[in-house]
Amino acid sequence: MTATLDATAATPAPPRRRVDWGKWFTRAVIGWLFTPIVFMIAFSFNDIQGRQNVVWEGFTLKWYGRVFDYADLTQALLYTLAIAVLTMLIAGTIGSLLGLALGRHRFRGQGTTNLVMFAAICAPEVVMGAALLSLFLVLGISTGFAAILIAHVMFTVSFVAITVRARVITLDANLEEAARDLGAGAWTTFRLVTLPMLMPAIMAGGLLAFALSIDDYIITSFVAGQVTTFPLWVWGATRIGIPPQVNVMGTLIFAVGVTLAIVNVIVAKRRR
Amino acid sequence: MGDPVTATTEAPATPTAGPKTEAVPAISLSGVTKTFHSGRETITAVGHLDLDIEAGEFFSLLGPSGCGKTTTMRMIAGFEEPTTGVVRLDGDDVTDVAPNHRDVNMVFQSYALFPHLSVAENVAFGLKRKKVKAAEIKRRIDEMLELVELGGHGKRKPSQLSGGQRQRVALARALVNQPRALLLDEPLAALDLKLRQAMQIELKRIQRDIGITFVYVTHDQGEALTMSDRIAVMNGGYVEQLGTPAEIYEHPATRFVAGFIGTSNLLTGTAANPTSDGAEVRLDCGQHVLIGQRLTEGERADLTVRPEKITISTDAPDAGLSRVRGTVTDTVYLGSSTHYTVRLDDGTEIVVYQQNARDLSATDVTTGRGSEVWLSWRPSHSYLLSDSPQGGPHRA
Repeated sequence: MTATLDATAATPAPPRRRVDWGKWFTRAVIGWLFTPIVFMIAFSFNDIQGRQNVVWEGFTLKWYGRVFDYADLTQALLYTLAIAVLTMLIAGTIGSLLGLALGRHRFRGQGTTNLVMFAAICAPEVVMGAALLSLFLVLGISTGFAAILIAHVMFTVSFVAITVRARVITLDANLEEAARDLGAGAWTTFRLVTLPMLMPAIMAGGLLAFALSIDDYIITSFVAGQVTTFPLWVWGATRIGIPPQVNVMGTLIFAVGVTLAIVNVIVAKRRR
Repeated sequence: MGDPVTATTEAPATPTAGPKTEAVPAISLSGVTKTFHSGRETITAVGHLDLDIEAGEFFSLLGPSGCGKTTTMRMIAGFEEPTTGVVRLDGDDVTDVAPNHRDVNMVFQSYALFPHLSVAENVAFGLKRKKVKAAEIKRRIDEMLELVELGGHGKRKPSQLSGGQRQRVALARALVNQPRALLLDEPLAALDLKLRQAMQIELKRIQRDIGITFVYVTHDQGEALTMSDRIAVMNGGYVEQLGTPAEIYEHPATRFVAGFIGTSNLLTGTAANPTSDGAEVRLDCGQHVLIGQRLTEGERADLTVRPEKITISTDAPDAGLSRVRGTVTDTVYLGSSTHYTVRLDDGTEIVVYQQNARDLSATDVTTGRGSEVWLSWRPSHSYLLSDSPQGGPHRA
């Protein structure tokens, strides 16, 4: 009798298979996010004969060799990349300084600046695009490359500023004082201490600006004038069938973006 | 006021022209005040400060939070500008000199190590600003890391170090510049008790070895008493008392100091029968005690006596001693000593620490709870307390 009792006590209850809903939910969300990208990448290898790239017809690498076949598509991509890089640099610089000021100092108009920043993020792009177009017309600024660049810097700068501000707020103010205490002037302190500490946020903000600029369609369509960017070209091509070159370019842009993001994470980790 | 040296306000150190002599204090604050504006309010962080810190001294600024000790240190470092007054380093007026041009270095409470730089790069930071040659920098870093017992840790990042090690890197980073004075802002506050005690001894050793003036800010009286040559006890933006640890502990000058440092018994009464070398103080409960300081007849007097100066007994003590009768309300046996709480007729409670020189294992019924006892102490162990110097520049 005792033996039976002991045995019961000693045998652990059979492990119950529990469904980890959190895990499955996470997988589902990731799948949802990545399915379109997987399709885009897959169809860049699609060996199609006609114009329509919607049915799988076999594997080929030939589109990668013929990626620059459409001169106007290549031109559009170059415009887009040029605008995105310039937006990243300009909005990255202005936004970082804005974020630094907002996170570090108290000044008149600080509340208004914050409000305007959030308004720029929240405003529907259609509204912003239309408003910018009429503004450019009133001011006599011709639509085109410069107008697109101005517009892109305008709507991405807030994202950079908010990213950098969040980092500035959590920064230990003693670090800068320590640098001053050890003989560094204001500029040296900024260069050797503040800037390296803010770098992960500045990089993240810059990448965000780059990503927002590279695929913007709505605002760009208002102010582009005669200039055709990559998203505008793709939209225009939908009526006659999107060539696989678009998928190839999309895949390459995605690869570059992922690489930059990974580098950013690794650098941030190594700093810690 | 008695012999305890309070911060002298009169005779601001006359700026002596000519070559510096050894008498010039390493750090001198004269007439320093600091007020902050917060909206419409004006907050006085430092009321009025005259302080001379001698070269090679371990000097502590001790007080509760908000007493102005950190603001005082930050004014010495140059991070705050005094509202009025002059800050001098080795006799040179540095009131308007930026922190990066002041020859003092600070150890921050949060250590403020640069997380993106290695230990060696952190320590080298100050030397590089001074354009010291690379070989010399390397030699001095190695030497300094040896001194703080972190030899071989130069390549690590601060995040790979323990709290105590980071603390020592912060110390090395400041000391390697061979500053005229090292300012330490509660550097041990984040460490656990054991490490803190070890670091106290370590800090004192380093200070003795290199002979640099240390200014140490702390709210921990034990820390200040253990390490300091002199202590300035601060409260509400003013120095309440300035002196050696023993002076401050044994002869507290004000009610605040008596209460803040250690345990003390406060007694209030009226002076009577003054003589050439003392007086009686008639306590409010009707009993009277003796004091070794001059008083005038009828003067109100607050006095303090430390618990370990009091003897507890059942027999009446000598008439030459201060003596009062009371009832034991509480006893705490602590092994090496016993703490008694004795209540006088008017409810005043007096704490007594008695060394357990005798074997108390046979229960000491005579001094158990509820028993009537005599307390006695030498007249010279009663100290008159004065008011805090708040509200304006106080008298010397």
